[in-house]
Amino acid sequence: MRAITFEAIVEQTKRICIEASYNLSDRMVRQFELAKQTEQSPLGKEILQQLIDNARISREEEYPICQDTGAGVFFVELGLDVRIEGGGLIDAINRGVAEGYREGYLRFSMVADPLRRKNTGDNTPAMIAMQLVPGDRLKLSFLAKGGGCENMSAFKMLTPADGIKGVKDFVVETIRNAGGNPCPPVIVGVGIGGTFDQCCMLAKKALFREVGDRHPDPFYAQLETELLDEINKLGIGPMGLGGRTTAVAVSVETLPCHITSLPVAVNMDCHAHRHKSVVL
Amino acid sequence: MKLRPPLTTSDVSDLRIGDKVIIDGPIYTARDAAHKRLFELIEAKKDLPFPLDGQVIYYVGPTPPRPGRPIGAAGPTTSYRMDTYTPTLIELGIKATIGKGPRAPEVIEAMKRFKAVYLVAIGGTGALLGRRVVKSESVAFEDLGTEAIRRLTVKDFPAIVANDVSGGDLFTEAVATYAQR
Repeated sequence: MRAITFEAIVEQTKRICIEASYNLSDRMVRQFELAKQTEQSPLGKEILQQLIDNARISREEEYPICQDTGAGVFFVELGLDVRIEGGGLIDAINRGVAEGYREGYLRFSMVADPLRRKNTGDNTPAMIAMQLVPGDRLKLSFLAKGGGCENMSAFKMLTPADGIKGVKDFVVETIRNAGGNPCPPVIVGVGIGGTFDQCCMLAKKALFREVGDRHPDPFYAQLETELLDEINKLGIGPMGLGGRTTAVAVSVETLPCHITSLPVAVNMDCHAHRHKSVVL
Repeated sequence: MKLRPPLTTSDVSDLRIGDKVIIDGPIYTARDAAHKRLFELIEAKKDLPFPLDGQVIYYVGPTPPRPGRPIGAAGPTTSYRMDTYTPTLIELGIKATIGKGPRAPEVIEAMKRFKAVYLVAIGGTGALLGRRVVKSESVAFEDLGTEAIRRLTVKDFPAIVANDVSGGDLFTEAVATYAQR
C-alpha cells in the first residue's frame, strides 16, 4: 500500500482548479487560430480573435477566462493500492475546491438545493465520479463546467433500428436546438450505449479527452469526423452569430448495452474549455 | 456607435441588428435570482431598488474582484432564462438588455412595442469584458452574492445589436446566411 495524505490531495485539487480557470490550454487556442483561417463570417472571425485575446488577458492579468468558473466536475481514478491518510478522499477534494475557489477569486456557483436555491458559499460540493483501478496512484481530472452549456444537454433512448443515422440525427438536432446558448464553438461529448445513467456519464467523460485527439477505434473516429462536419454545416457559428465554426471537436465514448436499447447522450462544453488533471 | 445610459427612445430607435455599439456609463447587473426578487417587488407593488426608466440591464454574475480592482471576470450569461421577466421590465422602462444567445418571440415583440433593444456581448470573454468595468457599487440583494444587483460603470464596453425596435433578429438572419443543412 502506498500512502497519500489528505493535505496533498487538498493542495493538488486547489492548484488544478485555479490553473484551469486562468490558463486556457494551448490546444484550445490553436483550435481558435485554425478556425479563424477557415471561418467565412467576418463577425465570426472577429469573435474567434476575441477568444484568443481573452485567453491572453486572462493569463497575463489574472482575470478568470470566464465569470462562470463552473461546477467542479471530477473524474477520479483511485488505485487499489492507495491508502489515504488523515481523512476521506471526497472530503479532501471538496476542501480543495472550497480553498481553490476562494483563494483563486473564482465564482461560487453552487446552490445547496435545486429548488430552495441557497448558494453554498464555497462552490462545493464537487460533482465526483469515482473509478477503482489497479496500481498505487491517484489521478484527479478536473473540468470547470459552465452552466450555460450544461443546460443544453440532451438524452434519448433510441431503438436499435434507429442505428447510426438515428444517433447522428439526434446529436445534430441537439446542437441545432442549442444554437448560440452554449457559447459555441463548443466541444461535443457524445455517450452511446450503457444504461440511462452510464450513458450520460459517458457524454461527460468524453469532454475530458484532449481536444484534437481521436477515438482509438477507426469506426468511431470516422463517426466523430462525420458528426463534426454535419454540425459545422448548421450555420450557427461563433456565439450563434452565424458562421461555419459551431464545434471544434466531437468526442464519442461508448459502452455495451442491452439488446433492446440504443441510449444516446449529448453533453457540451463551451469554448472556455477549462480542464486539468494531476497524478499523485 | 456610442451609447451613454440612461437611454431614450431616440437613442435606441436608429440602431439596427448587426450594429456594433460601445457603452459608456452606468448599467445594472441582474440575473436569475435578482429577476425573481424584482418580480416579487413588482407584484407586491413595492418600490424597486433602482429606477428602471431608460436603464440598461446586464445579465452577469461576476467573479469576486482581486484587491484593488472593481470586479473580476464579467462576461454575459445566457439571456433566455430571463425571457419570462423581460417583457414586463421593458414595459416599465428598460431600454436595453445585454446578454448572450437568442430571445423569445415575446421579448422581441415587447422590444418592438415599447422601443427597446437587445445587445449581445461575447460570451466567455470574461477577462476582456471585466477590464471594461471601472466601478462597481452594490445596489440590492447582497445576500445573493454573485447574483446581487450592482451598478457598474463601464467604459468602452463592446456589444452588438441582436434585436432592434423594428423586430429584427440577428441570430435568425446570421444563421440562415451560413446554414448548409
